[in-house]
Amino acid sequence: MFDFLDKPLYAEYGGILGAFWVTIQLTFFSAIGSLIWGTVLAAMRVGPVPIMRWFATAYVNIVRNVPLTVIIVGSSVVLADQLLWTLGGSDTREISFRLAVLGFTLYTSCFVCESLRSGINTVPIGQAEAARALGLTFFQVLRIVVLPQAFRSVVAPLASVLIALTKNTTVTAAIAGIEAAALMAAMIERESDKVLLVFGIFAVGFVILTLPMGMFLGWVAKKVSVKR
Amino acid sequence: MTEQTSSATPMIKATAVNKHFGDLHVLKDINFEVPRGQVVVVLGPSGSGKSTLCRAINRLEPIDSGTIEVDGQPLPAEGRALAQLRADVGMVFQSFNLFAHKTILDNITLAPMKVRKQDKATARKTAMELLERVGIANQANKYPAQLSGGQQQRAAIARALAMKPKVMMFDEPTSALDPEMVQEVLDVMTTLAREGMTMFVVTHEMGFARKAANRVMFMADGEIVEDTTPDDFFTNPKSARAKDFLGKILTH
Repeated sequence: MFDFLDKPLYAEYGGILGAFWVTIQLTFFSAIGSLIWGTVLAAMRVGPVPIMRWFATAYVNIVRNVPLTVIIVGSSVVLADQLLWTLGGSDTREISFRLAVLGFTLYTSCFVCESLRSGINTVPIGQAEAARALGLTFFQVLRIVVLPQAFRSVVAPLASVLIALTKNTTVTAAIAGIEAAALMAAMIERESDKVLLVFGIFAVGFVILTLPMGMFLGWVAKKVSVKR
Repeated sequence: MTEQTSSATPMIKATAVNKHFGDLHVLKDINFEVPRGQVVVVLGPSGSGKSTLCRAINRLEPIDSGTIEVDGQPLPAEGRALAQLRADVGMVFQSFNLFAHKTILDNITLAPMKVRKQDKATARKTAMELLERVGIANQANKYPAQLSGGQQQRAAIARALAMKPKVMMFDEPTSALDPEMVQEVLDVMTTLAREGMTMFVVTHEMGFARKAANRVMFMADGEIVEDTTPDDFFTNPKSARAKDFLGKILTH
């Protein structure tokens, strides 16, 4: 029943495992990128510098309201095809991968920023005041007192963001045939007699990826929560 | 001679300080000096501006006009210089404000290590001595939420003292405590006063004012209405507002 999976036709995707491996890599690098850029955005949004606050607010409100497909296809068409940016990639596959990671990072960081901002609001203002009163600078207060508590309180919402990101990586199929969704599209085209099975395989594949993520991060959220 | 001049510089000096919250004029032309080593207790009804004044002294509340000097140095604007000045001004809050994700010991060693650049061993040694002094050395490795209010406030005092401040500010340090825990905090403060620490204490504890203060400032409606010795204030209040205030609190 599953013989079709081994057809040489699908070898360019590295087979089903290879395709999902690319999905995992896309998710991993985009998650790291979004976590960093999202934290920077959140710091700007709560910071004392008006221009930075303005920039981060405008950024989040614009980027999160643009459909992801537009961002990914846009970055491919504009950055790669028009401006000929290769992001250091040597072949099409590598360039597409890096473009996708860039696009997902730019987009997902908005949601990381907003989750983190709600987490920052859970830290009593008095603790930040006490830290300032002790002579800590704005960045020390943020880094040592506010953000560690903010992160702990938003592990669960960040898990949702991560799960959404994992599934969003399928949009990569719109610019390149490298990951799971692209392989699914190719299989649907060629295995018209097994369409349900193909859908089933990919649906289960994604659940296998995301379900443990949610469970693990749920456990982490409980483990690190700050007692008040 | 230099020593004489420096001891003549007041620890805190406020000149023509004004502050508004919107339309509300919370500090009205405040002028006072706190000499080195003096314990000043600020009394007054709620909303009289005493907490705001306390917070203005290390610029947790910026003021609209006037100047505040700490040890002869005017308060700098936001930035590194302000952080340095704050490091010399200990502050104890009504709600303790211990860092909830750090142990008591880490709460105390944090600023000495990050601001004063002390090494960990030195900071820990000082912290343990201070915890010993405020009587909660056995709680060092617990988290704030595991301590009683009185213990948390004593830890907060130790945290402020760890910076070896020139002056200690107390913003209603016992107002959030259960009655049976008030005394343990006041005892620590009284000891501190006896040791010669310059203190600026906003409180409702009349007993502390009588026993430990050198001076009472009575505030009402954003003004300093009386500024005298505790004895004089409690036995011979001059203003109608002070008489009214004392009448309300001393009858029961």
